[in-house]
This record gives sequence, C-alpha cells and structure tokens, in this order.
Amino acid sequence: MTKENTGTSRRQFLTGAAAMGAGAVVASAAKAAGPDPLITEVQEWASGLGDGVDATPYGLPIQFEDDVIRRNVEWLTADTISSINFTPIHALDGTITPQGCAFERHHSGAIELKKGDYRLMINGLVDKPLVFTYADLERFPREQHVYFCECAANTGMEWAGAQLNGAQFTHGMIHNMEYTGVPLRTLLAEAGLDAAGDFADKWVYVEGADASSNGRSIPMEKAMDDVLVAFKANGEALRKEHGYPVRLVVPGWEGNMWVKWLRRVEVMDGPVESREETSKYTDTLADGTSRKWTWVMDAKSVVTSPSPQAPIRHGHGPVVITGMAWSGHGKITRVDVSKDGGMTWETARLAKEGEDKALTRFYLDTTWNGEEWLLQSRAMDETGYVQPTKAQLREVRGLNSIYHNNCIQTWHVKPNGEAENVEVS
Amino acid sequence: MSKSLNLYAGTAIGIVVLLTAAYNFADRNVADFPENARTVEALPAPIPEPEQPVQQAAAETAKGGLVAAANAADEAGDGLRFGLGREALPEEIAAWDVDVRPDGTGLPAGSGNAYDGESIFEDNCAACHGSFAEGVDNWPKLAGGMDTLDHEDPLKTVGSYWPYLSTVWDYVHRSMPFGAAQTLSDDDVYAITAYILYSNDIIDDEFELSAETWDQVEMPNAGGFIVDDREATEYSQWRTEPCMENCKESVQITMRATVLDVTPDEEGGEDHASMDAAAPAEAAAPAEAEVTEAAAAADAPAETAVAAIDPALVDAGEKVFRKCKACHQIGAGAKNRTGPHLNGVLGRAIGTVDGFNYSGTMAGMGGVWDEESMAAFLADPRGYVSGTKMAFAGLKKDDEIAAVTAYLQAASE
Repeated sequence: MTKENTGTSRRQFLTGAAAMGAGAVVASAAKAAGPDPLITEVQEWASGLGDGVDATPYGLPIQFEDDVIRRNVEWLTADTISSINFTPIHALDGTITPQGCAFERHHSGAIELKKGDYRLMINGLVDKPLVFTYADLERFPREQHVYFCECAANTGMEWAGAQLNGAQFTHGMIHNMEYTGVPLRTLLAEAGLDAAGDFADKWVYVEGADASSNGRSIPMEKAMDDVLVAFKANGEALRKEHGYPVRLVVPGWEGNMWVKWLRRVEVMDGPVESREETSKYTDTLADGTSRKWTWVMDAKSVVTSPSPQAPIRHGHGPVVITGMAWSGHGKITRVDVSKDGGMTWETARLAKEGEDKALTRFYLDTTWNGEEWLLQSRAMDETGYVQPTKAQLREVRGLNSIYHNNCIQTWHVKPNGEAENVEVS
Repeated sequence: MSKSLNLYAGTAIGIVVLLTAAYNFADRNVADFPENARTVEALPAPIPEPEQPVQQAAAETAKGGLVAAANAADEAGDGLRFGLGREALPEEIAAWDVDVRPDGTGLPAGSGNAYDGESIFEDNCAACHGSFAEGVDNWPKLAGGMDTLDHEDPLKTVGSYWPYLSTVWDYVHRSMPFGAAQTLSDDDVYAITAYILYSNDIIDDEFELSAETWDQVEMPNAGGFIVDDREATEYSQWRTEPCMENCKESVQITMRATVLDVTPDEEGGEDHASMDAAAPAEAAAPAEAEVTEAAAAADAPAETAVAAIDPALVDAGEKVFRKCKACHQIGAGAKNRTGPHLNGVLGRAIGTVDGFNYSGTMAGMGGVWDEESMAAFLADPRGYVSGTKMAFAGLKKDDEIAAVTAYLQAASE
C-alpha cells in the first residue's frame, strides 16, 4: 500500500507542478533529471566556517525567515501608538507563540518601565492596603500556566463580509504563552479580604501604569479563581510590548482585560464602568441594544495552512492541513475539517490533548489533487459548544457586533494552490 | 473556581489553623511571630485545573454554595500571609486611586461649563477630535450619531453610545490629552466634559458640571445595555452534536476578500521567493527596511547641518518626538496629517508646506525655522505663534527641545 501510494503521489505531484509554472523548477529537481548540484558540489557552508558563538548574544530568527513578522493594517486605526498588529499565525506551528512575533495592542504606546521603578498597589476593600515592589512579587509562591490571549476584536473586521486576505489579519490578534507569575488571590489574601465581606457582589478594578491605564473591572469570583499576576512569558521576561515587567493574565477572557504594566488592583463593591468596558468591548446587537460584560472568548478555530498567505506550493499528493483551536470555556476536545464549505466534515488529529484555555494544534494529513477546496475548521470544547457559522452568529447578533466573532472561517483553495478568504452560503 | 476554593477551605485549612499567622515574617511584623517554623507543606498548593467552565461556576455562585466556600477560604486565608510588601500610604492611594464611579463617587471638588470648556477643548482636544467634537481623520468622534445604533453603520459617540457620564470624566482625567495625560486641572476636566455633553445637546452651555449637579445629567443611551446573555441565546443552541455528512445541499461563494483589496501587501522572505526556486530569498521585510532607512538617515547628517549630530541626542530626541507623532510625520513617505510633515523643517520657510491648511498667524508669519525659532516655538507654541492650530502645551525642558531638534534634523528625508 505504501509503495502504491508513493507512485500515485509522484505522478500527481508532477502533474500539479507542471501546471504551476514556477513550481516546475522544484519538480524537475525532485525528478532528478540530473544530479543535484546541492548534493554533488561542495557547498560553501560545508567547507568554510559559520558564525562564532557570540555573533548574536540574543538570537533572532535567521534572515530567511524575515517575513514571519507582526503586521499592522494601517487603515484600521488613526495612529500606531493606539493600535494593534497581528501575529503571523500562518507561518507558525505548534502552540507556543514566540514573544517577538506575538501581536501587540497598545492604547497609549508601549512604555518602558524598569523593574526598579515598578510598584503594585492593592487597595480598596482590603484589611490593609499594600504596595509591592517587583522584588516582592518574586518572593510569593509562583505558578506556571499556558494560556491564549485573544483580543475581543479578533476577526472583528469580518462581521460584514470577507475582508482581509490572510489568516494573520483575520485571526492574528491572538498569542499563546507559558506564563510564570503569582495568583492574584495570593496577593489579595496578603492584603486581607475580611473587609470585602461577601465576595458575590465584589469586584476588582485593575489598571496599568501607562497613560491609557486601560482600567477594567473583574468580578471577585474570577479574580480569586485563575487570574495570574505574571512576570515571565515563555521562560523569559515579558517584552515591553506585552507589559514588562508585570502584566495581568485573565485566562479565557478577552485580551483587553489582561492589563499590561499592572500598577493597581482595587477591591470594590461594583464595577467602575470604565471606557474600555462601556464605550469599547461591548457588543451592539441588531436592535441597537448592546451586550456588556461579554468577557469569555468562545470556542474558535482557524486553518492556518493552507491559507491566503500560506498557499500550497508543492504539487499534488500529500498535504498537511493544519490550524489551531481554543476556547475560553476550557479544553478543546475535537476539531472537524471540511473541504467542501461545510457539506461534509472529517475529524482532525489533535497534536496533543486539549489544555485548559490554551491553544490546541490540529492536523489533517490528506491528499490534494488540484481540486478546489472550500476549507473550514470547526472547534468543539469540553462544554459541548460547537463553533458556529457566521450565519448563525449574525442571526443572533446582527452585523454590528464588532467583537467576539468566533465564526467558522472559509479559505477557497484554488487549482493553482493559492487560497483566498471567502464567505460561503 | 470551585476546585481552588475548596482547596483553601478544605486541604489547606487544617494546616493553616496550626500555623496561624506563620507567615508574618520578614519586612512586616504585623502579628506575633509564631514559634512554629514555617514549613514547606504549609505553602499553598498549586491551583488545580478548573474543572468547570466559568459560566457554570457563575451559576453555582448564584446558588450560594461557592460564596460560602469563598468566605470560608477568606477566613482561612488570614493565615496565608507572607509578610511581603508594605502598607500603602494615604498620599499614595490618593495619587493613584482616581477612578470615578457611575454615581460620582471619587469626583474631586471643582466645576466647569461648556462655555469655558470650548476654548479648553480647542486647545487640548480639537487637533484630533475636531472643534465640534466631530473627530478628525480616524480619531474618535465624540459627538453625533444619535439614534444610529440599530443602523447598518452605527456612529458610537459619547452622546449616542456611552451609558455613564463618569466614564467620560474619568477617561479625560486619567488618559487625555493623548500624549500629555494627567496634565489637566480638575476644573478643566469638568469644563471639557461639559463641552462634550454640550456638543451632544445633552446640556446647555451654562450648565455648571460638578459633583453636586452630577445627577442632573442624563446620558441618552444609559438604558441601552444588557448583561451578557450568550448562555441563553447562543450556548443553548450551539451545544449540540454537530452534523458530519450531507449538512447542506450545495455551497456557493458569496463574497471574496480580494474584491475589496484592503489587505496590506506582503513583501520579502524565503517563502515568497521560493516560488522561484532558483533564487535565494534576499528581499528585506518592510519593518527592517524602515529601520535601515532611519539608520542611514541618522548616519548621514542633513546637508544643511553645520556640525555632525550627536547620535545619543538623536536617540533621546526620537523618544521626545513620541509626543509629536500623533499629529506629525517625518522620514520616508511622511505626509501631512493633523499637522504638516516635518521633513526638512529646519531651514524651511515658516508655514509653507504644500497642501497644509495653516492658521492665519502661522501662514503670514514669514521667516525660517532655525534652531532659535524652533526652540522658542516648542517652548511655548501658543505664546510664540498666537492662534496656531497646534494643540500642544510645549516642551518644558531645554534638553528635550535640543534633543527633538536634533532628531528633526536626523530623521528628515
């Protein structure tokens, strides 16, 4: 069987390559019309010497990967200081997002705040208001967790129709990192919560040290659950653009609540109703009323390859369809993939068992013979929630919701291997 | 949530009771130092993975079970102190705790009205938000849009959308003006807030806004919000076994992103060049190209510069220039925005950039921008050019002026 498959693949591969023009160069090399000089001739790198150990004290990706970068959509915002860019998810695999290409969202720019100048205040309905230095935080018992952080506006430009042609732009307001930090509840307990009384109607207001302060109100229940005051991501210090030296991690909830440069946590008996939780990050429905406190990011997935920025560039035959799935309600349990715009589905392979409120990578190892695909993925989480279609979302919410668009995405894969963002019936 | 709280209330309690206040050590002796040594087992256990989704946990809380658990944990939690940090001083809390609640709690003394607010708004806000709060370019529109929320393209402004007056006051007070946050007096914040309300026909121009008159203001969309109802309207219908076969009879493409053509261009990278297998990828990504250009510009002093520009000064100036970036562009491809582009501004005749609509004073001023005139202008924009449209308070420090001037020279294309 293996042998037969290989034969078929080879033939299909050549057919496809010929049709693709430039791709034929690759194909003829693969056919070995003549000896490959990359093999038969001694290459410069196999004879000379490479860089010494100190050439790059802090390493960056090799020059050939210089297109794998965050990108911005200029027309979206008035200025880059209060704006967003996008993670190049089309070019990544696995689940951990490298900090250097993880999307940025600033409201008053990425500030530079030294650890020595860092202060965190806990005040409000606590027994004793406290101030911590950065060094203090490192003396509390720490935890590590991997969580996704998704902007509530991710895919927001797609509400009214297919708009941006690339997974980076439609779904790139997300990253997934391993955080080290202290549970917020540990710090609250340090200040003492007798003064807070019954937690049921209590909130914490969290704000940052930058000019925007980006204050958000979080119910006490969540604050005492899994919220983390984080100072490391993927093993190293947070990057400036992600809130160095300390940011809040609010697992499963919209990224705007993950306050960067965290400077104050106030225990309160009600929400502040700040700018970021009233005029923004509220979801307007068709009748003009708006939902507020829509914190949880529902289950969602997207095929990252093939996709508009990651077309199929090999010939016919084996192809790996891959993508990522996540849910703010818990673990991803299953991802289905459709090649025909949702008429039929097959269940993809999860690279690892889903983790709580973290990205899950999925693969569908399949073959492509140049046929057109309307490629979709559909995530399911441990609550049994199934990622909806855009039509289902619109039926409930209308077209002006902006935030929390977790619809099924469609890529139109064409006979030449290119892919386009489309909307289907 | 339940799991972690149960853990406090259950496993941890036993240990904690034995070691009450065992953690009041180190910097903060707030209780009797215990005789028992602190033991490793007494450290709080790591949080287990929550077993329930948040929504479900919220439902349980409503039932009261978890609340009791949480309160129990709180009591037990008294023993879980580490003695870290120090008590916050009243002055420190006053400096940072400036949030204002919907009912006006947190408002400072002071007042302001729209009549006075108009000129304050013009000076501090209009460059981005427009003289009538109508918005400039892509900057937020603060007025208008009444009754558009159920339209195809709603206009969400303070008047048409914001449910609470406190949000306006709080945001102006803590985060505006853009690039000079927390420089306004409390009276000015009241006056600007009043002007924004006036621009939305919510109050008249004589209404004196203060903590005392706070309750008299009615926000038009105060009743326009509901609490997240996805549990009832969405989850209930989407937590089902999904269809796998014959899910629809046919599928048509109804819209294509490439028709709109609003996606940024891709450049560079091996991936791109690999379509042409013979050529290795050399193309630089846009971000890198920009850096290279800026570096080149910094290396080569502008022709008009007499002496070489100090690179450290240029770096410092680049940081200062962040205050200007919201309105001014400089370098390759710089265009007029809210303010004129600044390429070659030193040596340029004042008020002469093509296509920029200057104030009458600036246009008729004559003269040339040199280090002296630039320094005088930056130190006190409205004092130097009375009537300038530039809504910027000025740079207070001479070294900032020197640095940004060096940057203007170095970064000019």
